[in-house]
Amino acid sequence: MFNYSFRWNQAFQSLPDMLQGALVTLEVAVLSMILGIFFAILLTAFRLSGNRLLSPITTVWVEIARNTPALFQIYMAFFGLAGLGILITGWTQPNLGFAVDLRLSPYIALLAGITFNNAGYLHENFRGALKAIPDTQTRSARSLGMSAPQAFGYVLLPQMLRIAFLPMTNQFVWAILMTSLGAVISMNSDLFGVTDNLVKINFRTFEMFAIAAVIFYVMTKAVTLSARLIAARLFRY
Amino acid sequence: MIEIEKVRKSFGPLEVLKGIDLTVAKGEVLTVIGGSGSGKSTLLTCINGLEPIDSGRILVDGVEVHAKSTNLNKLREKIGIVFQQWNAFPHLTVLENVMLAPRKVLGRAKDEAEAEAVKQLKHVGLGEKLSVYPARLSGGQQQRMAIARALAMGPSYMLFDEVTSALDPMLVGEVLDTLRMLASEGMTMICVTHEMKFAREVSDRVAFFHQGIMAEIAAPEELFGAPKTAELQKFLAATH
Repeated sequence: MFNYSFRWNQAFQSLPDMLQGALVTLEVAVLSMILGIFFAILLTAFRLSGNRLLSPITTVWVEIARNTPALFQIYMAFFGLAGLGILITGWTQPNLGFAVDLRLSPYIALLAGITFNNAGYLHENFRGALKAIPDTQTRSARSLGMSAPQAFGYVLLPQMLRIAFLPMTNQFVWAILMTSLGAVISMNSDLFGVTDNLVKINFRTFEMFAIAAVIFYVMTKAVTLSARLIAARLFRY
Repeated sequence: MIEIEKVRKSFGPLEVLKGIDLTVAKGEVLTVIGGSGSGKSTLLTCINGLEPIDSGRILVDGVEVHAKSTNLNKLREKIGIVFQQWNAFPHLTVLENVMLAPRKVLGRAKDEAEAEAVKQLKHVGLGEKLSVYPARLSGGQQQRMAIARALAMGPSYMLFDEVTSALDPMLVGEVLDTLRMLASEGMTMICVTHEMKFAREVSDRVAFFHQGIMAEIAAPEELFGAPKTAELQKFLAATH
């Protein structure tokens, strides 16, 4: 028999803590997007360079990022590297007298995992965007004496970012939602982590997660709406 | 001086240039006419090294374009090229389009690049459009902007690849006037064109290409007045 009684007041007392957590969530998402865009541009440049060492990096990165669960990627950032860290610590210490500790804090591991995932997907956004730019743009740029990197940086890149701008907000939304995966690596300062912890104390499971869901909704909605406003201001051509 | 010696070039099984020999002197205006697929546009993109060649060589001021040791970016600074599709950079204003390469390639200071860009844009009649984005320009205006953009690099040679072919007939005149003006100023030019009247007026020499071969080359009065080959006679009859 279902005899759960709602106690919203009790749940709402946790709102300040949850909002604090929402800020951390937003912070991780924003940083993961900034870093993700940076790496995605780098991966795109690697691929376009056609270099035999660099372009496989793009292939491997993108394949893993897009074809394995984000949860796995975050796990690897936390447990995988930690395993490696312990290994390195074990074997350098006796001989060299120093330790390399690769273990990441939950915050950094979560950020690294989401960034890795973002970069893979954003690279694909960028690839589509580049296809929409006529080849003759590069030709013109090169004819004016620009080197290949200059043509990419000054002519292709700005157009690519413009075309990919709105699709990129999709990834931003996804990044915000992915922060909840931090729960599996003992991340407890983000919105989901804070909520999860408080539930263990006050047992207002439904109310607490409902409030968290609404906060998530408001954050992602704010992102998509402000992206549209920014796009309208930014791209006047 | 541009020296083209025995240049051959194929795209897969299709040989588009079958041994071209041609010299263009400083200050000369050469127009190249011929049917589609005759190799005339390919020749232009070979001269500035956008396309590799299979054999022969091209020298620009004594520098071999396709030699491994040649710095193509450096060489392209003195060879301006304008294409049929004008390729304005859509994310930059007209002024920024023209300033970009002088700033980034030649390392010019902002003021200097801007002054030069304004001068070139006024020269081609776009002095009123400096802060406009290319999407707001007509095809003819965009093409003139592309010409100004090439000129801002201070090239010694200008190559024009059917620059009026993609234009509305109403807009052809303004672009041809720009070319005439450049010719009268002594710019060394190679113009691939289908505008016979223009070719007759401005050229020092006209070359007729047919199926990858330069079938005839002569002063315009001679080439248009007394075409020697049957192909040219046929071509001229068809274009009149």
